[in-house]
Amino acid sequence: MSFDPETLPGGGLGWMDGTGEQAGVVLSTRVRLARNVEGYAFSGRAREGERLRVLSQVRDALSAIPAARDGVLVRVDQLEETDRLLLHERHVVSKELAALDAGSHLRSGAAVHVGRDVAIMVNEEDHLRIQAMRSGLDLERAFADARDIDVELGQRVPFAYHREFGFLTACPTNVGTGLRASVLVHLPALVLTKEIGRVLVGLQQVGLTYRGLYGEGSEVIGNLFQISNQTTLGKSEQDLLDYLQDIVRHVIEKELEARKVLLRDAEYILEDKLWRAYGTLRYARSLSFEEAMNFLSGVRLATGLKLIDGLSVYILNELLVFTQSAHLSAREGRVLTEDEASVVRAAFVRETLERAAQ
Amino acid sequence: MLCEVCKENDVVITVTEIDGNGVRQVRLCEQCAAERGLQASVAAPPPAVTDFLQSVQQHISPSQTDAVRCSFCSSTLRDFRQTGRLGCPYCYTAFEQSLRELLRKPWPGAAQGPRVHWRTGWARSTDSGIAGPAARAPRARDPERGI
Repeated sequence: MSFDPETLPGGGLGWMDGTGEQAGVVLSTRVRLARNVEGYAFSGRAREGERLRVLSQVRDALSAIPAARDGVLVRVDQLEETDRLLLHERHVVSKELAALDAGSHLRSGAAVHVGRDVAIMVNEEDHLRIQAMRSGLDLERAFADARDIDVELGQRVPFAYHREFGFLTACPTNVGTGLRASVLVHLPALVLTKEIGRVLVGLQQVGLTYRGLYGEGSEVIGNLFQISNQTTLGKSEQDLLDYLQDIVRHVIEKELEARKVLLRDAEYILEDKLWRAYGTLRYARSLSFEEAMNFLSGVRLATGLKLIDGLSVYILNELLVFTQSAHLSAREGRVLTEDEASVVRAAFVRETLERAAQ
Repeated sequence: MLCEVCKENDVVITVTEIDGNGVRQVRLCEQCAAERGLQASVAAPPPAVTDFLQSVQQHISPSQTDAVRCSFCSSTLRDFRQTGRLGCPYCYTAFEQSLRELLRKPWPGAAQGPRVHWRTGWARSTDSGIAGPAARAPRARDPERGI
């Protein structure tokens, strides 16, 4: 392991600070824009030389943009797998760019430019994936961050654009605006009251979808759901964002109502369950990631309900990020086995909670 | 695989338990996990691209596939049917008819296909006078090296 993520602006973790609207329920907001450079095949079909030319063109353009000058360009194609996983765990790169799926191929020219609030993946499925993340519910600012860089880049790099279809993308599910916005929400009360099924079906009926913590294809763990738009075509960016925001606000309302119901109808049971989760995290000597996420969900809920004092959303977010396997390996300076990671994870959680309790 | 406790329901979560005999992994169903204070995970829907790919295969019939080839990147409609991915921006022109049909028939989960003026409000690349692929004749790339 040779890459130090702390060299990135804000460590690539600006979204983690636990501020912003509805930070008790909403962990983060992400907006990404898919763009391709005219005159080249899309990344999956492009030859190595083409991808490198795209990278070079984008790098030159970024160096001329004042807002992007503080950013750091990381050649993902030159990183070891554990370092690529580390960036993925920070939500800086996608699984595809980091080639983390079994049998996947790491593309030459794969890179990411990381700024304080915006990360730009180069040579992902599309040549550019401009993604802005914000803590809490903040679609407006996340979109503004992404749009500002997009406008600047678009003045220096010719984007592939069709007068009717809009921005052209490798997969037609992204064509049009190229905009995918998602909000990462914590919905433990809807899960506990078994209302979540209806909510998720409802989301799909209104044209939205949900994913797990790591986006497309990932399982939902720790009651964390990423709610995002599916439609990218036929509506303006603002309409897509307003629609998503309205629905997410509605889901948040439902979650808060469910929390009230739990407190009203099952206060002792709930308190017992949440304190047990805290107790396990505070004293366990071995924790799988899945377990840690589930117990952390309980503690996050207890903090939101003010049943447990002294824990901030920031600390909980820190536990979420730094208990992932590549982060634990980085902490130990070597690649850990699953069993070793469980022991190191439990120790890290204990130390963090102990520090917070003092 | 069946839950190791009730031996009736399917396993949804693996839990590490520590007792006097050491550390062991226990596989539990949703109900038994809930009794231990663990919320079992909720299954995520299949990737949107899976739905999309099914839609592509449904709306673009195999008989059409061999005839059409993008003159820039050499991709065929068959490639698109198999992967759900286009090869380059010029594919949108080469396969325009099929894509129009596809995008008008939304795939499962998508709210709707295009129905209004599709152009976005702040397309600077076009606004600044850089014409998109639709305005340019596609040409083969780097013919000396082949595709």
